[in-house]
Amino acid sequence: MHPDIPQLDNYLVKAEPFYQAIGDEITIFEASYQKGLPVLLKGPTGCGKTRFMEYMAWRLRRPLITVSCHDDLTASDLVGRYLVKGGETTWIDGPLAQAVRGGGICYLDEVVEARKDTMVVIHPLADDRRVLPIEKLGTLIQADEGFGLAVSYNPGYQSVLKDLKQSTRQRFVALEFGYPSPELETAIVIKESGLEPAIAELLVRFAGMTRNLKGSGLEEGASTRLLVHAAKLIVSGVAPVSACRSAIAQALTDDAEMLASINELSSSLF
Amino acid sequence: MQAARDAGQLVILLDEILEVEFSFRDTTVPAAAIAAMEPRLQDYVITWIKRVASTNIELAYQYACHVERALGLMDVETVESWALSAMDAYDREGLRPARQIILGLDEFVRLTREQADGCLLSNQQGILLGFLNGLAGRRLRIQESTQAYTDSETLFLPSLLARLATPERNFQLYKVTIAMLWAQTRFGTLRTLLEAGFLDAEDSGRRLALFHSLDTLRLEAIIARELPGLHRELVTIKQDLGEDRLPAPWDALRWSVSAEGCTAWDVVERVRSLSNDTEPLPVFAHQGILDLPAVAACVAARVSREKTLFKVRMEQLKDELGVQEHWSRDREPRLTKRLHEASELPEGAGVDILIDGKPLPLPDDMQDLVSSILMDLGDIPDEYLEPAGPGDYDPKFFQDSSSETEDVWSGVYHEKGALLYQEWDFRRQHYRKNWCAAREQSVEPVDNGFVVRTLEKYQGLVKQLRKTFEALRDENRRLKRQPQGDDVDLDALVEALADTRDGREMSERLFTRQHRTERNIAVMFMVDMSGSTKGWINDAERESLVLLCEALETLGDRYAIFGFSSITRKRCEIYHIKRFEEAYTDDVKGRISGIQPKDYTRMGFAIRHLSRMLSELDARTRILITLSDGKPDDYDEYRGSYGIEDTRRALIEARREGIHPYCITIDQQARDYLPHLYGPAAYTVIDEVRLLPLKVSDIYRRLTT
Ligand SMILES: Nc1ncnc2c1ncn2[C@@H]1O[C@H](COP(=O)(O)OP(=O)(O)O)[C@@H](O)[C@H]1O
Ligand SMILES: [Mg+2]
Repeated sequence: MHPDIPQLDNYLVKAEPFYQAIGDEITIFEASYQKGLPVLLKGPTGCGKTRFMEYMAWRLRRPLITVSCHDDLTASDLVGRYLVKGGETTWIDGPLAQAVRGGGICYLDEVVEARKDTMVVIHPLADDRRVLPIEKLGTLIQADEGFGLAVSYNPGYQSVLKDLKQSTRQRFVALEFGYPSPELETAIVIKESGLEPAIAELLVRFAGMTRNLKGSGLEEGASTRLLVHAAKLIVSGVAPVSACRSAIAQALTDDAEMLASINELSSSLF
Repeated sequence: MQAARDAGQLVILLDEILEVEFSFRDTTVPAAAIAAMEPRLQDYVITWIKRVASTNIELAYQYACHVERALGLMDVETVESWALSAMDAYDREGLRPARQIILGLDEFVRLTREQADGCLLSNQQGILLGFLNGLAGRRLRIQESTQAYTDSETLFLPSLLARLATPERNFQLYKVTIAMLWAQTRFGTLRTLLEAGFLDAEDSGRRLALFHSLDTLRLEAIIARELPGLHRELVTIKQDLGEDRLPAPWDALRWSVSAEGCTAWDVVERVRSLSNDTEPLPVFAHQGILDLPAVAACVAARVSREKTLFKVRMEQLKDELGVQEHWSRDREPRLTKRLHEASELPEGAGVDILIDGKPLPLPDDMQDLVSSILMDLGDIPDEYLEPAGPGDYDPKFFQDSSSETEDVWSGVYHEKGALLYQEWDFRRQHYRKNWCAAREQSVEPVDNGFVVRTLEKYQGLVKQLRKTFEALRDENRRLKRQPQGDDVDLDALVEALADTRDGREMSERLFTRQHRTERNIAVMFMVDMSGSTKGWINDAERESLVLLCEALETLGDRYAIFGFSSITRKRCEIYHIKRFEEAYTDDVKGRISGIQPKDYTRMGFAIRHLSRMLSELDARTRILITLSDGKPDDYDEYRGSYGIEDTRRALIEARREGIHPYCITIDQQARDYLPHLYGPAAYTVIDEVRLLPLKVSDIYRRLTT
């Protein structure tokens, strides 16, 4: 590792995170990482992308630097900027530059939320050059061997603005994340919350019902994350129907009629 | 307070009101009854007798004779609605049916009790449909009918259920009935029935009834496993209605069909082996009827429609894939299928489609299609996978099947330049394709000094608006002298260097930074130009637009203004006033001045048309603001729930495009329907028309900061 860069040790994932593999995503990610290829995680929110990244970072023993993208995120926020301290100007690396120099895995979550110009800085990193140009310093940093890049993206958004440009998309190996099969999802819910299996199974069935409503009243069905939330509430004593209402239905919609329908669905199960 | 009138006084009074002189009606009996009432009630009753008399004298006489008993049976409000519905009936159909309502007092009492305790489908349809859609399987619709049954695509339900004591319980009965009919489509009842050839048997009626009884018990057991919460409600309903105890052979029969894995075929077998003296069970409240001919017709139509759809969509998929994978054109890829286990499906297995041996990922609509085909046929037949030939493209499967569509377009209107928009028919729960013909035209600019007059009239407000909006705009500036930022602030740096040279401490604020709220907003104003805006509403709208333009010109947000009006779906007009890319020119001012009230208020097409325009823009935030004075409404059927539900749909579509719809209205009734359309926080009702111009810019400011 470069001697004069800040250590990334505190970004190491110490304990093994629980990740339930759905398909061959672990193998593909590993192979991509070894070959220096960037990875695109596609899928709706709350289906395990972040958890997967934590798990992979642990498995590969690399520091993981996660940036949640939002619409004010500028290129400088990723690359770095000058600060002035006591009359001295000093350069501070942004998270991306830190990962590039220190050989960490940089995960840009919800990448389409960032401004369009922000995306340009990752392009030279995402092809075989593997360099990060730092305009303000007039330098190019060659990525450390251990550097890895992953971005996530939710193709469910219908907005034209939230689409990933072809020029960006085509640089990545894509992994698709969907809802796990009922058996696996039940296992995840049990493991994450300690809920008893019979109720966990009903909860997963309830999730399926809300997913049936996608397109006829709901933009998105319940994610695994919401199920885990509801499960945790149930474990701490909340009645299942109320837990579904607070942790799931209210998170999915504000429409009073839709909320009523969803409540009828959960009370028909529990 | 007046003292009570005695019977004698009342006879005179009634004789006068009821013109007894000419009719020989005997008023002594009603007069005696009314004489026994308190003075206040007497006044009340006499007022109402007069009211009814203004409609019809005979009706009023009958009312007078029955009102005392009516007051004993119902509360005052219901007694009024009894009288009103009689008068309505008189207006609509004449004396006989109206008189029938007054004389049929007991029937009226019974019906209102049912309505009060019962559950009306039309009030709960939205919620019930959501519930139904959540249950897995084919998309099903709900439609009112006299009896409960399904043809495998639509659930027909009675418009009122009142067998249980309270509205809530009757709502539960709807749910349970829906689940039952859904289960018939989902767990093989209908498919098996069609294949079992029951209709051909000699005693088909009795066999069918036996099958229906036994299969209902099988489906109840399935519901107990799949929807345990609902099953609990089912059990209490059956207890309340005394349906929980089964006659002798049926208890044993129930157990024989309750095991997991028991299919409708097992039920058919059982029914065949039943002895001839076994009687079918009485029909349960939640059971509905089986209408086999309806199912047969519906399934046949669907199977052939879906076969075509499947083949054609498959060809499209192959084409898309071919482009991606650079297939040579002369080699047709081969489609095959593979069964895979899927415990969540009632069939226990799903089907994957393979293309040259590799699994073909199916888009959502295709997955729905495949599962619908599986529900009908249990498999994807091999011939579905053969390449589509010319005969497979029967265009009628891709059109709206309703025959109304054609004759509408026989006029000349539709010929050139009209854009066709779909419209949502809530009764069918379906879009009507190409339903509205919309055309765009420009408002004729007029130069009548309106803009200048408005700016003078609101002089003070204009000044204030400019100030507020300037301040807003300046929030977007680059912030200078920041401790950190994207660029060096040269002025600050020069000063700082000078400072160090003079031996002073150097400032750390040497950067510029773009302020976070970079405005990248595009807003579309959709202006109601319906006939009802005639007069000062129109003036207020035009004044609002003038002020708004001042504000937005100061602010620099991109904006467009379009008007809309309609007269039936064949004439939906969009009026151009200002486009996004157009500057605020004299022409635009002239068009604002020239806005005139036109016809009706069909909102759906206008929302669709303008959202489309809006979503083509590259802006971070896109807003659609409607200025209106009333409910959606047009000369044809576009009124009431129809207009509201289509408008709501159009808004949902817009939101899905990432557009924020907002409504500003002066309709005082709007609070009844706007939350349903725009959501609780996306509208403003202005109480006085003259306040509109004062408020609009302010609302816009709040909306965008
Ligand atoms: N495959 C999985 N293995 C383990 N937990 C999962 C999995 N999928 C989802 N979860 C649960 O769902 C939650 C949300 O997942 P997360 O990774 O944050 O979603 P995303 O990043 O896709 O929005 C996690 O905290 C975890 O509890
Ligand atoms: Mg996440």
